[in-house]
Amino acid sequence: MRGPMVDTADGMMALALKRFRRHRLAIAGAVVLAVLASLAATAPLIATILGLDWEAVDLLNRFAPSSAAHPLGTDELGRDLFIRLLYGGRISLLVGLTATVVAALIGTAIGLLAGFYGGRLDALLMRFTDSVIALPLLPLLIVLAAVDLDKLGLPSSLVQSQYVSLYRIIAIVALVGWTTVARLVRGAALTVRERDFVLSARGYGAGGFRIMTVHILPNLISPVIVATTLSVGNVILLESVLSFLGLGIQPPIPSWGNLLTNAQELIWTAPGLAMWPGMLIFITVIALNFLGDGLQDALDPKATD
Amino acid sequence: MTGFLFQRLIQSAVVLAVMSFVIYWLMGLMPGDPIDLMISADPKITSEDAARLRALYGLDKPITERYLNWLGAAVGGDFGFSRLYAKPVPEALLPALANTVRLLGITLCLSLLIGLPAGMAAAIRPYSKTDYTINLLAFAGISLPAFWLALLLIIVFSVFLGVLPAGGVAALGGDGFWDQAKYLVLPVANLTIASVGGHTRYMRAAMIEALRQDYIRTARAKGAGPARVVLGHALRNALIPVVTIVSLDFGFLFSGALITETVFAYPGMGKLIFDAIMGNDYNLALVALLFVTLLILIGNLLADLAYAWLDPRISYR
Repeated sequence: MRGPMVDTADGMMALALKRFRRHRLAIAGAVVLAVLASLAATAPLIATILGLDWEAVDLLNRFAPSSAAHPLGTDELGRDLFIRLLYGGRISLLVGLTATVVAALIGTAIGLLAGFYGGRLDALLMRFTDSVIALPLLPLLIVLAAVDLDKLGLPSSLVQSQYVSLYRIIAIVALVGWTTVARLVRGAALTVRERDFVLSARGYGAGGFRIMTVHILPNLISPVIVATTLSVGNVILLESVLSFLGLGIQPPIPSWGNLLTNAQELIWTAPGLAMWPGMLIFITVIALNFLGDGLQDALDPKATD
Repeated sequence: MTGFLFQRLIQSAVVLAVMSFVIYWLMGLMPGDPIDLMISADPKITSEDAARLRALYGLDKPITERYLNWLGAAVGGDFGFSRLYAKPVPEALLPALANTVRLLGITLCLSLLIGLPAGMAAAIRPYSKTDYTINLLAFAGISLPAFWLALLLIIVFSVFLGVLPAGGVAALGGDGFWDQAKYLVLPVANLTIASVGGHTRYMRAAMIEALRQDYIRTARAKGAGPARVVLGHALRNALIPVVTIVSLDFGFLFSGALITETVFAYPGMGKLIFDAIMGNDYNLALVALLFVTLLILIGNLLADLAYAWLDPRISYR
């Protein structure tokens, strides 16, 4: 014996947790994300307590510096910046999470099919994935964001809806964001499908769908979690740049990206307005990246201690 | 090798063909078609006139037929006319291309010159103070929203310090080298900061992997010094995956260029595509997007060749 053997699920989890705890930046990232998420989630409550309204315009009080009434000051229409940041955070975090989860589902499905069936299907799906990765994504997203939904034949109740920009950005980001997960899942599925328990399931007559979902998928959870965590940050960056360019979340709904749209025009009069929304995007994305990096180390099956 | 290259060429051609159809189709879904634009410019046009114009320009035909007509003309060298620039598409495209190549060329050189040594330094002693610091900076660079960084650079260097221009390529009459270089500093800095973190992380990961190999232990055992081990044995092997990843990143780099050019009003391909899409200049947007895709595909092909050249173990059957 070369020391304690760990082969139970509990033991693996404990080891992963131990490795994760050593990753101080990852823990800091998790804490920061928890704080930001709870601030965003409780934004209406905070607004009520502070007596602030994210839509209230006060033209006599434009570009106000920070004060007791307005913790971070006001914007070009005299609206309170702090509460708009919180509401913007709700949208940005929601879009980031939802689009990533949808993208991860697409990627998992494509990766599983390619890795499990192999052969021609694998070659076809992976060439397709490579091609999507090579494309200049941002210009394509801009085209997709500018398409007239009426001409696409979507029901007008959806097109006219106030939240259509929200649904649209989730859909188009998911449409291009699945590639990393697909490649990871495919690679992992390729190795898992040769393992004894899969062969045994085959021997018992389990069908392709059952083997993929019941036997292979649970073994791919950790790479999917890592890839998903790391891509939430990218999705938030994409949403923010599209909204900044005026193509993502449409005002009056605030998002961290569209709060910066006006900041560029006002850069000579009120440079301070550009500070906070970008800072929050930066902090969120770096926290997600630290967290993903820590998870990667912790869940790495090759790591020994 | 030729078989592999041939296969990749076919694949790239297929991607380009599919992309051209998809983008053509999406352009048709943009708000307002060319006739709508004419109507808004001239209120005297009646609906009969509009229908006749639509027939004249072939806009009443099915999408596949219109696409094939466009493709035929494009293959014959006729890329159409740009509404926004009021000149043929290639004449609008080429100056922008030159500007972007200059911006991306300088950026890529700078980013690799900083990122690769930094990644190596981090990989030589993993989990040391140096590694920790470099990692932290790399993560910060990756996580910065490029458009916000651009705004910050403008605020610091143009608004507060007033030492560098906030946008454009040259002042009126400023034709000298230094006059123009001044306008490149902030866009290049912005794009470099946005991409150097990724390059550092790639290099670090590849180098750590290379230093783990048996031939490194052999090299150390036969008495090679640390510099010789890292530079002579590990670097060449570590560069193989880095070359691939860096070239697969061209698309990402171009996306960064679009953001940077738009914020700094730098007249390159990214800003041209953005302006063309926003300004209903569909001929220009279509050709420019396809052209960029073509360049990226060529870049990827070259990377495959470089890969084979760097790694003689790869035979490609």
